Amino acid sequence: MSKGQRPFGGPRGHMGPAMGRPVEKAKDFKGTVKRLVEYMRPQRYKFLAVFILAILSTVFNIVGPKILGKATTKIGEGILARYLRIIQIQIAIKRNMPRQVIENLKRQPVPSIDFEYIGKILIILISLYLISAILSFIMSYIMSTVAQETVFKMRSEVKDKLDRLPLKYFDSRTHGEILSRVTNDMDNIATTLQQSLTQLITSVVTIIGILGMMISISPVMTLIALFTLPSSGMLTAMIAKKSQKYFAEQQKIIGQLNGHVEEMFTGHKIVKAFGREEDSIKTFKEINERLYNVGWKAQFMSGFIMPALNFVNNVGYVLVCVVGGIFVAKRKIEIGDVQAFIQYMRQFTQPIIQTANIANIIQSTVASAERVFEVLDEVEEVKDKEDAVKIKNPKGEVKFEHVKFGYKDDELLMEDINIHVKPGQMVAIVGPTGAGKTTLVNLLMRFYDVKGGRITIDGVDIRDMRREDLRRMFGMVLQDTWLFNGTIRDNIAYGKEGATEEEIIKAAKAAHADHFIRTLPHGYDTVINEEASNISQGQKQLLTIARAFLADPPILILDEATSNVDTRTEALIQKAMANLMKGRTSFVIAHRLSTIKDADLILVMNRGTIIEQGTHKELLAKGGFYAELYNSQFSN
Amino acid sequence: MIKLFRYLEKFKWLIFFTLLFMFVQAISELYLPTLMSEIVNNGMMKGDTVFIWKYGGYMLLVAGASSISSIIGAFLSSRTAVGFGTLLRDKVFTKVEGFSLNEFDKIGTASLITRTTNDITQIQTVLVMMMRFMIYAPIMCIGGIIMAYSKDKHLTLVLAFVLPLFVVTIALLAAKVVPLFKALQKKLDKVNQILRENLIGIRVIRAFNRVETERKRFYEANKDLTDTAIKVNKILAMMQPIMILLMNLTNITIIWVAAKRIDANKLQIGDMMAFIQYAMQILFSIIMVSIMFVMVPRAQASAERINEVLEIEPEIKDPKEPKTPKISKGHIEFRNVTFRYPGAESPALENISFEAKPGEVTAIIGGTGSGKSTILNLIMRFYDVESGSILIDGVDIRDMSQKELRSKIGYVPQTVVLFSGTIKDNIRYGKEDATDEEIMRAAEIAQATEFILNMKDGFDSLVSQGGTNLSGGQKQRLSIARALVKKPQIYMFDDSFSALDFKTDAKLRSELKKETSNSTVLIVAQRVATIMDADKIIVLDEGKIVGMGKHEELLRTCEVYREIVSSQLSEEEIA
Repeated sequence: MSKGQRPFGGPRGHMGPAMGRPVEKAKDFKGTVKRLVEYMRPQRYKFLAVFILAILSTVFNIVGPKILGKATTKIGEGILARYLRIIQIQIAIKRNMPRQVIENLKRQPVPSIDFEYIGKILIILISLYLISAILSFIMSYIMSTVAQETVFKMRSEVKDKLDRLPLKYFDSRTHGEILSRVTNDMDNIATTLQQSLTQLITSVVTIIGILGMMISISPVMTLIALFTLPSSGMLTAMIAKKSQKYFAEQQKIIGQLNGHVEEMFTGHKIVKAFGREEDSIKTFKEINERLYNVGWKAQFMSGFIMPALNFVNNVGYVLVCVVGGIFVAKRKIEIGDVQAFIQYMRQFTQPIIQTANIANIIQSTVASAERVFEVLDEVEEVKDKEDAVKIKNPKGEVKFEHVKFGYKDDELLMEDINIHVKPGQMVAIVGPTGAGKTTLVNLLMRFYDVKGGRITIDGVDIRDMRREDLRRMFGMVLQDTWLFNGTIRDNIAYGKEGATEEEIIKAAKAAHADHFIRTLPHGYDTVINEEASNISQGQKQLLTIARAFLADPPILILDEATSNVDTRTEALIQKAMANLMKGRTSFVIAHRLSTIKDADLILVMNRGTIIEQGTHKELLAKGGFYAELYNSQFSN
Repeated sequence: MIKLFRYLEKFKWLIFFTLLFMFVQAISELYLPTLMSEIVNNGMMKGDTVFIWKYGGYMLLVAGASSISSIIGAFLSSRTAVGFGTLLRDKVFTKVEGFSLNEFDKIGTASLITRTTNDITQIQTVLVMMMRFMIYAPIMCIGGIIMAYSKDKHLTLVLAFVLPLFVVTIALLAAKVVPLFKALQKKLDKVNQILRENLIGIRVIRAFNRVETERKRFYEANKDLTDTAIKVNKILAMMQPIMILLMNLTNITIIWVAAKRIDANKLQIGDMMAFIQYAMQILFSIIMVSIMFVMVPRAQASAERINEVLEIEPEIKDPKEPKTPKISKGHIEFRNVTFRYPGAESPALENISFEAKPGEVTAIIGGTGSGKSTILNLIMRFYDVESGSILIDGVDIRDMSQKELRSKIGYVPQTVVLFSGTIKDNIRYGKEDATDEEIMRAAEIAQATEFILNMKDGFDSLVSQGGTNLSGGQKQRLSIARALVKKPQIYMFDDSFSALDFKTDAKLRSELKKETSNSTVLIVAQRVATIMDADKIIVLDEGKIVGMGKHEELLRTCEVYREIVSSQLSEEEIA
């Protein structure tokens, strides 16, 4: 009947006893706790209320057994009185008392149990338990709002923060890492607030309360009960230490096993092509065997704790029964007290285990909170200037003036780069993969800031504009076409807020996408699913072109790459792109020779920087990297 | 779930003894309150300390027996459940390794990984729970009722009233909470999904100034999640006090009724105390059973997924008496081959016939979806043809063993797959007993030596899983070296030069030419420049051969080829 035992763990609960599993620790425990407390400050009155309610409901609950014991005692007294009467009569008969005395004794009413008293006690008890239940309900009720709202706020703040972080932050971390901070860590904090915190309060109050009740019943018996405590504590610690070792080992092997499975399954074709299935199975079996050897031990150890504790508990129980029995026999305490004491003992271990567990839970929660705070503490993007310039009718003249740039502070990729692109010109970017074409995009759109020099559009330093205004001047048609879950219409309209139906269809037509969209089962209302697998790669590209048409920007960034696109769609994409580029300044990541030859300016990139620039003829004449690149492909 | 339990056969004795010890444990636990009631009735009430000591000793023995059998039970059940998980994992993995690509496509790689790992762990966890509680809880429940009944028939009527109430309350709450939990999970997934989309598309969102819209979307999902979570927690907030209250009220009722019975001399006080403990044991066992009811369906889904894998019979099997070609040269012939992917309406390849001879380079070109890679997949027998036949050195590949067939081929796939291990390990994957010299020579031809030696540990440098620490071009070169070290009769390159810059591409191909002069070489390519000088070019369009011949020949005769060429090369290069 222990408090805090939750019949349904549910997916959000700390499932089962977390005993014996290794715990993650925070780097700066104190600081993080302080901050977390600060975080919950606005809710402090609610916390106070929860705290008081928890204490009250626990106290009411704890008094129960003792009062119930009184009822038992009363019953016992009734029986004893009856025994005494019978014994009296028996003695009278034995001693050959006068008949009259015996008759007299027999005529007196048989003493019965004092039902009025017991009834009173039971009614008091019912009220106590009811009050306790109601208080406990109100407590959890308040707490559920407090916990969830705190986490809601936190999650929103983290998301807002992410929106203000520079791209550098995202490029240097895996998505999984960032995601787990916003979801897993948050969840951990929510569950702790919701369950563990109140559990901690009730557990501590229960321990103290029960201890007090036990002492009030019998100090000697309390000593016996307490004697079992250190032994169960030590036992748990001993087993936990051992099982932690096995769990850590098990976790490691599971990691290896999952790694192997993932590698073999994703590389299934290669495994088969090279006829290595048997090797793969052999390796798997070997890892699996190791997992078994550690796994059952870990499992056994965690299954060992409960029976072991139970035994220590039972020893205490028996001792209390025996000693209590002797005390009752010697009339030192009442029988109801023994009953109450047994109940208290049964309730005693649970909160102690819980508190020990909560220590672990709190540690891992603080570690989670620390990771969340780490995100909140990241350095944000430089804010837009207050007196930002807005170009009214952008022409699309782009200039790099003595630009210096590198992703790492001590490693410059670009040094003193100068480019001048006149309005409406087409710039082709060429170079081997990984040469730094993305870097150019990053700089133009101001995803990253230059380390020296400046980039201007129509003569205005891009750092003097609002990012929003700057980015509105660009249209992007990249190979990693990003479409979101939603209808085709919404995806095209992404380019311009408040676009009308006509505008959308016009853009789709200009992008040669209208036709294929109409062949889809739901036309413009077709929902693109998560992996966008219901339309082809090429069609996706057409949609992004339509999106750019709708946005109607003065400057374009295009990627010509059309891998995984069939020849017909490829032709459409080419035509659409050519349409789009008319009258706009465009930066084209070029894959076609025809594009390169027609370009007003070719930027040759390698190892993160621009190594040559000029027209096709100029560059060929120069006989540099470009010339070599060109000749190596077409000389034979 | 039950279907999977056929694999428990091996563990039947372990399970038998587990259950036996669980039974002993339950009986012991049930016996304790009775012993206590003896102490109360005959010891405490009569002041007989000797009796108390004696029965105290009995109680200790019984408690010890309970704990020991529980520990033995835990030992046996751990070995059974973990052993079962291990066995199942072995079975599933071995099965999947035998799958052809057909079956892989059907279930999906990611799903197969989950089924082999998480799903089995889930089953294992539930099996532990089941063995610990499934038997124990019902015994405790039924045994508790029997013991309670033996103490006093009339008092048991209280239970007859309380138990249904208890069960109904749990059922009602569970009926409300379980669907909410499911909704909660979905909403959490939604938040995750929006976040993931935001992370993947961060450049696009910022470029299109959609930060504010996305913020709203996230806010709504977050709010939705929070509201549901609060709802769930409010119900849970009700659950716990109700349970405790029900238990306490049961206690009180028992005492009241028992007092009457005692007064009527029908019951002894110790029996009443024992009865209360039995009532509690019964209620707890009901809670345990209800937890099982929540756990098992969750594992059920996993069990179904695992069963599905185990029940799939791989379509491609080795013949009973495999044939080996008399002369082994690597001559490939397609005879009227038609093939369609499972469930596809139109065939991916239709009436394909061609020959690829040793010492020649045969190139295949065409748009995406034209069936280029499919041809290679069929030669490797990753799929079986629908009609027609594929012959290698005159023997139908369906009459050879898969091992024999694939040992003839050095395959370089479109998407490079490398395994974790050293560079050397990865190249050696092509030939288990390759010497260091052979490995270095393969790397040399694949133009990989330079970048390998530039790495910290040269050939012993570690490749991370999926080769994430290498560039696309580097991976491709390693993948080529891996095929080269095998020195096979047939080389198959599936668009294998796409990530190389023009210079490396050209150099590699000229080196390759020398190495593969006696082998049959098949090249699938997108770039015309890569295959211009092949001995034979096969032009595919929508699964059909629309042209076959040399570059100049095709330029004259094949419309599709001309289209492809003109989109890639400028006028003067075509000439």
